[in-house]
Amino acid sequence: MKIKLTFWKIVFLVIMAMGLYSTFVRYFHGLGAVSNMNDQFPWGLWIGFDCLCGVMLAAGGFCIVGAVYLFNVERLHSVVRPAVLTAFLGYLLFIVGLLFDLGRPWYIWHQLIYMNPHSVMFEVGMCVMAYTTVLFFEFLPNVLERFHLTTPIKWIKRVYPVLIILGILLSTLHQSSLGSLYLIMPSKLHPFWYTPALPFLFFGSAIAVGLAMTIFESTQSAKAFGRHLELPVLVNLGGALLVALWVNALLRFEDYFHRGLLGQIVKPSYEAYFLWLELTLAFVIPITMLSFKKVRLSPNGLYLASIFTVLGFITNRLNVSLTGFETYVGHHYVPKWTEFSVTLMIIAMGFALFGVAVKYLPIFPEEEHAVQRHLRPEAGSVVSTPVLGHAGD
Amino acid sequence: MSKALLYDATMCIGCKQCEGACAQQNKLPYDDKVAAESVQSEHKYTVVMTKDDKFMRRLCMHCEHPACASVCPVGAFHKTKEGPVVYDVWKCIGCRYCMVACAFAQPKYEWGSLNPRVRKCVMCPDRVVAGKQTACAEICPTGATKFGDRDDLIKEAQARIRDNPSNYQPRIYGLHEVGGTCVLILSSMNVEDYGYPASAKIGDTPMPEYTGRVMEKIPDFIPVWSLVLGGIYWISHRREEVAEAEAEEKKNGSAR
Repeated sequence: MKIKLTFWKIVFLVIMAMGLYSTFVRYFHGLGAVSNMNDQFPWGLWIGFDCLCGVMLAAGGFCIVGAVYLFNVERLHSVVRPAVLTAFLGYLLFIVGLLFDLGRPWYIWHQLIYMNPHSVMFEVGMCVMAYTTVLFFEFLPNVLERFHLTTPIKWIKRVYPVLIILGILLSTLHQSSLGSLYLIMPSKLHPFWYTPALPFLFFGSAIAVGLAMTIFESTQSAKAFGRHLELPVLVNLGGALLVALWVNALLRFEDYFHRGLLGQIVKPSYEAYFLWLELTLAFVIPITMLSFKKVRLSPNGLYLASIFTVLGFITNRLNVSLTGFETYVGHHYVPKWTEFSVTLMIIAMGFALFGVAVKYLPIFPEEEHAVQRHLRPEAGSVVSTPVLGHAGD
Repeated sequence: MSKALLYDATMCIGCKQCEGACAQQNKLPYDDKVAAESVQSEHKYTVVMTKDDKFMRRLCMHCEHPACASVCPVGAFHKTKEGPVVYDVWKCIGCRYCMVACAFAQPKYEWGSLNPRVRKCVMCPDRVVAGKQTACAEICPTGATKFGDRDDLIKEAQARIRDNPSNYQPRIYGLHEVGGTCVLILSSMNVEDYGYPASAKIGDTPMPEYTGRVMEKIPDFIPVWSLVLGGIYWISHRREEVAEAEAEEKKNGSAR
């Protein structure tokens, strides 16, 4: 165990060192030197992965908060805090990623004063800014609780219903609008991925991935921090994930059916290979897996299914943002190693910050509470989340 | 009335003087090496291409409904009433959405710069406002690039096709494409062979409409969705309150 820890620490340090070198190249030699982006491919890995996938991977926050506080699904209570933490970190890191990708990041505040309400990008930017603020307040009780500051927690509790509804509203808007960004490129984006339904598909995939990421991070932190795994919660999430995947699959099928593309997508072509990969990872494998009750009830099965789901939808967004443009441009875009290293550094920072937060803040319920919940499932959720448990009441 | 440029490829002799005049006007470097470059870039806003003794010029089309202006989050691009689509560099945050959104792939980027700008032909807005021609039209020795009112140029282009039908493809590229552009092209060849996007592919719909259809719903969506979410919240928590009250009542009742 100790050797393994050191190994991961070394990996982390290597990733950070390479990332810092790339950061230096980015800010002292420019975007051209650090990336393989060019006039034909103005958006590369940083938009495709860091932004499009980053926001999708952070969707667990609004999915779980919505389920627990909006629909009052009490039994998911214990995953609210880790989900909100992941979302908060995810959005902060998204902004970090943006500071790399923007040509003039020091003017990022311009969109607060030179507003263009016709721009989808403007809407996404404002929503992300507002939602990160909402997440900050949803996350803040963890810190306040740590320092036993009860008065400000009471204030936050009082506005909690507003925060929740605002958070879900903003998430609905910008998760779907990330898809709307591509609506203006009908002649450039390949028909497999260009569809007027893009905003719906992006919103749908955000929910599926939000659920999958919650399963993934719960299992992962149970492994990493030696926590007791709350199987009933995961089983519930797995069931919801299966439904979400079916809805997504149906949407995709309907879209291809109505645009008369069903014949084309089964014919082998460069784009079709990537589409098959995406559909297999995102739908075929996890839906098949989760259809077996045995898998739905096993921690490892749920863990694997959630990983496939996440990989599948990451492939989907990379296809929308990168693969889908290659035929139009006429050549391939392969990110430079420095682009990868910045992305890796941001992911590593996410893992590290998550670890630090879990170590110092009351993110996960105390172990004895978890045992208690195991014995008395109804009482557990109230015991485990003393603050947020009543925040919305 | 909006100004425009009519480029008649059949009159072009490939002298590239428009390239040089453009570079001078925009204070860009221009020498034999740049002249030999056959693609547009951050230091070459317009290019004259050669193919089988025929020439074709490329430059920003100055759309009537420009995609770049509609997608820019900070409104760094705007269409002037005189016709040119201009760029306010001090607003730009460098997101490059304009580059991916433009159907003609016109905006180019200063990839090597630490404070990069988007670069494209801006149709000499200072000259146009002052009532002068663009630099490229002024220098053109054959009149292949002609500056004038868009409506007049359309009439003239139609007349040229009518008078010399064997000389031209029977269409004016830019008349209807993406809702009309302020650069109009006449040619004996398919403009598509020179890298212009096919008319059928880009269509006649103004580009901003594709995103506008979604964006225009947002002002209605926000209050409706807030109400729905608030309603769900109220119902699901009301149920809890009622259950609690009932339990309380039951307890009191049994106590009595």
